[in-house]
Amino acid sequence: MQRRVSTLLLAVGTLFLAAISLFVGVIDLHPGEIWQGGEAFTLMLDSRLPRTLAAVIAGAALAVCGMIMQMLVRNRFVEPMTAGTGQGAALGILIVAVVFPSASILTKMSIATATALASSIGFLMIVRRLPAAQPLLVPLVAMIYGGIIGAGVAFFAYQWDMLQFIDTWLTGDFSGVMRGRYELLWIAAGMTLLTYLIADQFAIAGLGREASINLGLNYDQVLILGLLAISVVAALTVITVGAIPFVGLIVPNIVSRQFGDNLRATLPLTALCGASLVLASDIVGRVIRAPYEIPVGTVLGVIGAFVFLWLLYARPSHAR
Amino acid sequence: MRAKSLWICCLLLVVCCVLFMTLEARGNWDFVLWFRGRKLAALLLVGAAVSTATLLFQTISRNHILTPSIMGFDALFTLIVTLAVFTFGAAGYNHLPVEVVFFVNLALLIAAALILFGTLLGQYRVDLMRMVLTGIIFGILFRSLTSFIFRMIDPSEFATIQVNSYARFNYIDVNLLGLATVLTSVTLVFCWRMRRQLDVLGLGFEIATNLGEHVARRQKQALVLVAVLVAVSTALVGPVAFLGLLVVSIARLVAPNETHATLLPLSAVIAGIVLVGGQAILERGLGMSTPLAVVIDFVGGFVFLALLLRKGWT
Repeated sequence: MQRRVSTLLLAVGTLFLAAISLFVGVIDLHPGEIWQGGEAFTLMLDSRLPRTLAAVIAGAALAVCGMIMQMLVRNRFVEPMTAGTGQGAALGILIVAVVFPSASILTKMSIATATALASSIGFLMIVRRLPAAQPLLVPLVAMIYGGIIGAGVAFFAYQWDMLQFIDTWLTGDFSGVMRGRYELLWIAAGMTLLTYLIADQFAIAGLGREASINLGLNYDQVLILGLLAISVVAALTVITVGAIPFVGLIVPNIVSRQFGDNLRATLPLTALCGASLVLASDIVGRVIRAPYEIPVGTVLGVIGAFVFLWLLYARPSHAR
Repeated sequence: MRAKSLWICCLLLVVCCVLFMTLEARGNWDFVLWFRGRKLAALLLVGAAVSTATLLFQTISRNHILTPSIMGFDALFTLIVTLAVFTFGAAGYNHLPVEVVFFVNLALLIAAALILFGTLLGQYRVDLMRMVLTGIIFGILFRSLTSFIFRMIDPSEFATIQVNSYARFNYIDVNLLGLATVLTSVTLVFCWRMRRQLDVLGLGFEIATNLGEHVARRQKQALVLVAVLVAVSTALVGPVAFLGLLVVSIARLVAPNETHATLLPLSAVIAGIVLVGGQAILERGLGMSTPLAVVIDFVGGFVFLALLLRKGWT
């Protein structure tokens, strides 16, 4: 019951934030003007609406992917954007940009997804070798692993003189989002919806390989599906808006702390929470130094680090 | 035996220095030697500072995988510099003499490091892993705050701090070279005189206490020295993430024993070899455009993972 009320409240909150996001910007808009058509309508349709939708989709998808990754790795302190998946996607985009500069957007997407998938699999293989008794070792390795791939990206970027692009991929920013430039994100939205269909299986996979095989789950298949979903979402987010840190980390932690790990019940909450967090950060980034903007990745880097520290210290010892 | 590996490394360092000074040198020798000599001095200084800081930090945190920069030390320094520009404005900031600015920043860094890392190191007994993770998150927080403040600063003032935010070995802030030489030398002397106490700390904090060491106080002293060394190297070349880890790990591999009397000079010399030799080979020999810092980060990251996976966490 409490969960339903929370979901409803969060949905209202997200809508409210989305409404604010529609009317915050350099040009003042009043709700009445839009229906009269003309410039206000064009502005809304070409810039404000795509930006708001992009923030909602990216936030929801990243939060859900963070939750799934935490289930698959069986560790509460990892997320795709810091564990090498995001950096892997950036590596893929870099390769495409250098080797096939004229490739279609679909090729770009597939190659970025492939490299993101490869680096997630690499991460999972390293994690399997770590001792299970030390849960905090996993995020440590995750960050170093992501850092190595990031350094690899920087290495090639220097060689090919593409450094300025790296910054746009590795710092999430919605200021470039316009109609015609964000629609790829709808694929990420679809992927997120698909994961909801097999949410139960991810929840079981979170019990571990032996336990889930005992329960009759095709563990490896679920693992591959989950990693694929994470890689697609990470690749699409990095391509369209750039890496957004911490959403996939703090949202699943807060949700599962409050409502447990029954994913079918909590995934909608996770998605809503992620959407409103990214929306709110984007609005803050737009308002705090108007008419200039602070990228959402930077805002979330600050907020997220504080929340992470809180999670690290406030976590009751029995739940670790 | 102890002397042997040190002498071989010293010899290598001399070869690297000669290569660095002479490879592809064209034109007026007076100019080339003077121009490259300053760079060489800065690289050697940075190498000694970073390796010593790392070694001290590893000893006081009782861990061979940590470095000050993994724990966000140099990010803290960059944040302080950025905050200073933000508060006083670039005009006021550039108006002051370089030395005054540097010393104010250094004092702030020491204070902040003692508060943050002093309390953090106290947690050692409670939960080492959480301490490390906190340090890494501090690093992310400091970097995010720095780029946050970047965006709040006037674009015209931005150039003042832009130089400080990434590692660079080919452009070195020579204004600070004299001051940095004095500071580093004095600090290194202090570190050298502390070597026996550091050996005792290396036995474990309980044993060190039993032997009459005041562990908490010694940790704080070492933290101050680390802060000075990190400030000098960050001000000269910017943040260098994995250099310290890389050279100290190599030093531990080739060192015949684990005393600080051996490790301190050995790791400083190896750091010099990596920086000077790497710079000479990478830029002049191979003609690559990738900066050495990126290569060091890449290789150092692998060393870190390898150490972690092979030795485990002890």
